Formats: sequence, C-alpha cells, structure tokens
Amino acid sequence: MAQQAAQAPPLALVDVTKSFGSVKALRGLSLELRAGEIHALVGENGAGKSTLVKTIAGVHRPDTGQVLVDGRAAEFHAPADSQRAGVAVIYQEPTLFPDLSVAENIYVGRQPCTRFGTIDRAHMRRRTREAFARLGVEIDPDRPARGLSIADQQLIEIAKAITREARVLIMDEPTAALSGVEAERLFKVARSLRDSGAALLFISHRFDEVFSLCDRITVVRDGAFVSCDPTADLDVDTVVRRMVGRDVSDLFPKTETTPGDTLLEVEGLTRAGAFSDVSFTVRAGEIVALAGLVGAGRSEVVRAVFGVDRYDSGTVRAHGEPLAPGRVKAAMDAGMALVPEDRRQQGLVMEASIQRNATSTRRRALSRFGWLASRAERDSARHWGERLRLKFGALGDTVGTLSGGNQQKVVLAKWLSTEPRVLFVDEPTRGIDVGTKSEVHRLLSELAGEGLAIVMVSSELPEVLGMADRVLVMHEGRVTAELDRSEATEESVMYAATGQRTQEAA
Amino acid sequence: MAPERTTQRTGAAPGPGGRLLSVLRRRESPVLGALVIVLFVASFFAENFATDRNISFLFLSIAAIALMALPMTLIIVTGEIDLSVASTLALTSATMGVLWEMGLPIQTAVVICLAVGVLLGAFNGVLVTLCGLPSLAVTIGTMALYRGLAYVLLGDRAVASYPREWVSGARDPFLGLEGLPWIAVVIAVLAVLFGVLLHATAFGRSLFDIGNNDVAARFTGVSVLWTKFGLFVASGLVASAAGVFWTLQYGTSRADTAMGLELQVVAAVLLGGVSIFGGVGTIVGVLGGVLLLGAIRNSLQLFGLTSEVLQVITGLILIASVVAPNVVAKAKERRRRRAVEKAPVTVAPAPVSTT
Repeated sequence: MAQQAAQAPPLALVDVTKSFGSVKALRGLSLELRAGEIHALVGENGAGKSTLVKTIAGVHRPDTGQVLVDGRAAEFHAPADSQRAGVAVIYQEPTLFPDLSVAENIYVGRQPCTRFGTIDRAHMRRRTREAFARLGVEIDPDRPARGLSIADQQLIEIAKAITREARVLIMDEPTAALSGVEAERLFKVARSLRDSGAALLFISHRFDEVFSLCDRITVVRDGAFVSCDPTADLDVDTVVRRMVGRDVSDLFPKTETTPGDTLLEVEGLTRAGAFSDVSFTVRAGEIVALAGLVGAGRSEVVRAVFGVDRYDSGTVRAHGEPLAPGRVKAAMDAGMALVPEDRRQQGLVMEASIQRNATSTRRRALSRFGWLASRAERDSARHWGERLRLKFGALGDTVGTLSGGNQQKVVLAKWLSTEPRVLFVDEPTRGIDVGTKSEVHRLLSELAGEGLAIVMVSSELPEVLGMADRVLVMHEGRVTAELDRSEATEESVMYAATGQRTQEAA
Repeated sequence: MAPERTTQRTGAAPGPGGRLLSVLRRRESPVLGALVIVLFVASFFAENFATDRNISFLFLSIAAIALMALPMTLIIVTGEIDLSVASTLALTSATMGVLWEMGLPIQTAVVICLAVGVLLGAFNGVLVTLCGLPSLAVTIGTMALYRGLAYVLLGDRAVASYPREWVSGARDPFLGLEGLPWIAVVIAVLAVLFGVLLHATAFGRSLFDIGNNDVAARFTGVSVLWTKFGLFVASGLVASAAGVFWTLQYGTSRADTAMGLELQVVAAVLLGGVSIFGGVGTIVGVLGGVLLLGAIRNSLQLFGLTSEVLQVITGLILIASVVAPNVVAKAKERRRRRAVEKAPVTVAPAPVSTT
C-alpha cells in the first residue's frame, strides 16, 4: 500500500454539485483524500458534510462533477459500487444486526463458503480475530452484536472495512457518542490505519480532536469549498472564522421591540441523558434563540417544556402559573404552541389534507355542539392560507403534495391559528427555499412585534444572530452561555457550542 | 444563493363530471356497488330472497357482526385491532347463563354482563396502552383467554332455560313491520351515531390522525393512549351487548358460541374499505361490507350451496377486497408519476382567489 502515496489519490471529488429540489446542498465542492493521511472536514450544521459523505458512500449521485478513484473517473450508482472501489463509511451510530454474532455482522452479505456451499464459520471467525488483532481490540467474534457499546460497534464497522481491504475510510462524527477513553482508542486505531497507508476522512465538531488527529483540514460552508490547509498552518480561531464567515446583517428583517411581561419561566429542567439544569425566561415580544450543535439537547428541552416528553425534575411556569408536566393539552391551554423540528413526522399528518392539518389544533373550537363541519375547517384553513401566502392547488389536497416551504407554512398556520402567547419554533427554516425562509423570518419578527414570546431552536448561526434578542447556547445537554444580542457573534456562539472555554469575543 | 421560487401546479377544480368521478373513486364505492348488484341479482334469481321472512332472517344473521363492526372500525382506523370480540361475546353469554341459573332477574343479569364487557375491553386497553404491547398480539391472547373463561363457567353445558317472551322478543319486528327486526333499527341508529362520531367530530378527526401518524397527533395535543383505551372499552361494551342479544336471539348460552366470528367482523370492516394499516375508512363502507357478506351468504344458501362452498367464496371475496385497493393504488401511482414527468412545472401566478 505504501507505494500508492506517490500515485494519484485513492479518492477525490472534483467540483461536485448536488441539489434536493430547490435546495443546493453541494455547490462545486472539491476534496482530495491522500493515502497515509487523515483529512478533517469541518463546517456548520447544514454546510453539506452529510451530503458529501453520502455522495462518497454512493447513496447520492452528484448532479455534476466527478468522483475519482485512483485518478480515474468512477460512477457510484449504489453503496455497493463505492464499497467495491475500496471506500468504507463509519457512521455516528452504526447499524448492526443485533441478533447476529460479531463475525456474522462483519461478513454479512459476503459470507465465505466451504466446498459444500455452507457458510465457512471457521474462516469468518479467523479473519475477524485477525482484524481485531490489527486494531488491538478484544471483542469475542462469537458474541451477539446486541449490547455492544457504540464505540465497539464502530470498531466492528472498522474491522469490516479491514476485512474488505478498504483503502478509504470515512468517519462521520464518530466521536459524538463516545467517552474520552473510547475516543482515544478510536484515534489510536485511526493513526495505525493511516500509518499502514489508508486514506481517512474525519468529520467532527470537536476542534481539539481535529487538531490533534488530522494532517489537513478542509473547511466547507453552504455546500461550497472554503479552504484546505495543513493543520500546522491553522489555529482554532481561523477555522471558526472560515466556518461561519459571511455577511448576514441584511438578510434578517429584525424589528426592534421592547420586551414586556415574563411569559415563560423554566427552572432547573433536567431529564437524564438528554439535558440537565436548564433554566431560562422569555418575555413578551422577545425572540430567544437556543443555539448549539445537533444533538446538544435543544429540541429535547423544548419538547419537554411543551409537554410532549416528560422530564425528571425542574419546573415550568407560564404566566407565573406552574404548568403540569407531560401534557401537551395543558401547554396549549396555557397559550403555548410548538412548531416541531421534523415537519413530516411531528408537524403534519402527511396523508391528510391541507385543511385538516391546518385546523387540527382547533377542532373543538371550530365545532358547534360537537359537530365539526368541513366548511368551518375550510374557512379557517383558507383564512390562514391567505395570511401566510400559502401556495396550493386545493385545500382538500393532501399536504404531502406541497413543497417543503409550503408544508412549513401549514404547520405555522396550524399553530398560529391557536393565537399562542408563547411560540416555540424548532428549526423553522430547515430544508426550505430561500424565498420562503425570509418570509418565515419576517413573520416571526412581526409576531414578536405583536407581543409573542418566541423561543427559536436553530442550528443556523446566521439565523440565530439575525433574529434573536438573546441567545442561549447549549452543549451536551447544558446551557453553556447566555449572550445578549450585542454579545452574540459567530465566534462566541461557536465557542460555547463546541464546549470550548469562552474566549474574549471579537 | 439566488432566490429560488417554489413551484406549484394548481389542481383542476372539480366540475360536475369531476364530482361524480370523485364519488366513484372513493374506497367504499366498489363494495357499495357490489352490494347493489348482489341484492339486484339475488332478488331476481332467488325467488325467496326478497321476502319479509328472508330479509328479517338476513338482518338477524348479521346483527352481531354489524354491532361489533362499528367500534372495530374506529379501532382499525387508529391502526389497532381487537380480535377478542367474539370471545368477549361468548364470555358474556356464558356469564349471562350462569347468572340466570343462579336465579337473578334477567334485567340485572344484562347490566352485569355489560359491565363484564367493559372490564374485558379495559383489560385489552390496559395491555395495549399502559404496557405498550401490539394490539394484534394482545387480543389474540385475550381471544383465547376469554374463550377459556367461558369454558370455565359453562364447560360443555348449554343454558337454554331463558324465558320464552324474551327469546322471541329478540326477534320481534319494529312497530309490526314484518321484515324489519327491531335490532336492525338499533343498529341503524348506532351506525348514525358512530358515523357522526367518526366523520363529523374533533374526536373522529383525531382517530384518523392517530392512524396516519400518531407522533404528529401527540404533538397536536391528542392523548393517543386515552383515546385507544376508550376505544377498546367501547369495543368490549358493544361486544357484550352483542353477546346479550345473541343469547336471547338463539335462546342458549354455550361456551363455543360465535367461534371465529371475530374474523367475519374484521373481514367486513376491511371489505368496507377500511385500511388495515389505519388512517382510512368510513362507517358507510363498513355497513356496506357487513351487508354484502351477509347478502352473499344468504343468497348462496337460498341457491342451495353447502356451507363449505360458502366458506371458500367468503375467503375469495376477502382476498379480493384486500388486494384490489392495493392494485388500484399502484395503478394510480404509476399514472400520477407519468403525469408528473410529462407536465411542465409552472410557477403559480397568485396565492388563491377567494370565492
């Protein structure tokens, strides 16, 4: 393998673009993975990292641009093509078959056969042991995969890659769910693979890991390439600036408001394994952003406050009155509304019509003596559809026929029609086109101006900085910073979100 | 990024022909159409079919199924199922037999029987909601359990000493109209109530939401677990009412009564266009399904076919009813995809005009 270092890189992407509907996930991205090198890929949430990984893995096909294997153009139609080219992807949470043994998992779909056509278990076991020996780990090849830690499951995926003789290893946020010791063990394995000539791509939000492990760092932003430099030439500040740097001030129509009464008080909210000791207050007319990386526990907090999930301890008060935990109805009666993170799973019933979705929060209010007439639903849905400038064919069409942005408007209509005093919006503009995005921003701003208290969970820094009066930054289930609009900068939020010690903000 | 506009094709407004077409496209239309044809053919070719006596007999033969199909429809719409209804019916009937033999007045026995039904339904409900078990597994279990308890109560015996006036009373016509047993009127009233509940109340809407996407329903403030619990209780109650009626109708209580009837109930519901996956269905369709199955069996009997042949034909109809919607949906999907590929996507001019 050593001589390959001098040759063409085992895997390269050249000017790759990929769109999903009207959203451009990758815009002319290039990347070169060299043999015997660990390459870091960093970028904000939504910068296109996952799309890039899926393109390399053969899940997505690029719209334009090329994937080069050993310098020759290759087309990956399916994950199998990518695997054949020597690429292996280790995901954050591997998906093993829990009831198969470790060795069977490693050889799943390509079991070696004996002369008689039966599966050669002895061979599988021997090769699995060899792979584990190379990785320097002790896992019994015969034990079932069920009950293995995520770290061990990742090692099994790596062992799978070794037995396949993969030359390119992609690790998509492998350390997100690992403890410090487990991460160290993974790094040792990664270094030994590098030293034996493999090319590795390492994706992480943790800068300390990136800087200690990787040889080169590529920064991406908005699906486009920003920079690629040897680690030695970079420092954390430069990387953070490159990740976020852009002009955002004019995109967000923020209207100045004077905050009114305190409408929501959350104190010491804790749920084991999700978030702990979260406290904050929101006043009328205020937009409070919950910033942080994906998985920091922001959505979980919002869901617990709204009563979709339970919490272990802490209190929630609406208008000074304590709110019963775990009851959505109680939260709704207290004037709360939640536009959830996943609009297809949580926000809408995709099989139901626009009008039924748009009125699903107010069915009792629209009923007369218990009788809910379609006409009442239609009138209400039409009213809110017009207010939010919803584009649709007929109100009776299933909501699944709408574009992402218009689906989001239906969710907004559904909740705004309840005339809430406190509005939670979780990733309000995820996966919707730019035009609708700024409509949503304008709407939120107007609503705050009318005296609504808004709590916005967002992974997009520009959105957070452009919209919020105050920013709460969460990291691994805890609030690590509370920043005023004036204090909140891309750098200060990013530092708190990645768990770095807060430094002097620029 | 350049601002990109969402594109949206405006759907065609339904014209007068469009409205007829959309009625024909509804899921329950085939079963209602088939029902009309069967009734027409049967009354034409089977000379005893359209007689008061036979119609009355037809109604009585489907009464228990029709009753239990109503709550079953609601349960299947939420994506659950209750296979214990026939066993609940049998256990209720056995309980009634024991109570009657103990010398309780029949009115008291009936009230106790209904309470038993509520308890049996609540037991299903607790297992499904509190324990989070799949209702298919739970009610297969309680199907055996309740049937077993019926055997414990009665063994191989039959209780047949019910008062004559109650037994014949169960078959009495409504207001002296021959061919229309009073139970048919009760079923009709209940069907209207269930129809309104399912199709014209907030509660009914939430059932469809639960069946389609219970997560989204929960995010909208629907208490999914309480709703399901209530439906299982209702199913138990109605099944026990059917058990009381069944006992009086035939004048006997036996532990093996109504064996396998739950499958006929489920069959009628599915035949009526309710999706076994939840989220789709109408009470009208289900009534059509119950009547269609009953009418086919009744008329084939009049033609002198044996019960084995009836069994085979019923099975074939069921398979057809489950397969047909899938085939239609696939064909629709294929046509839709072709249409989307062909149609040029245009930017919608304006939101929507008010009318």
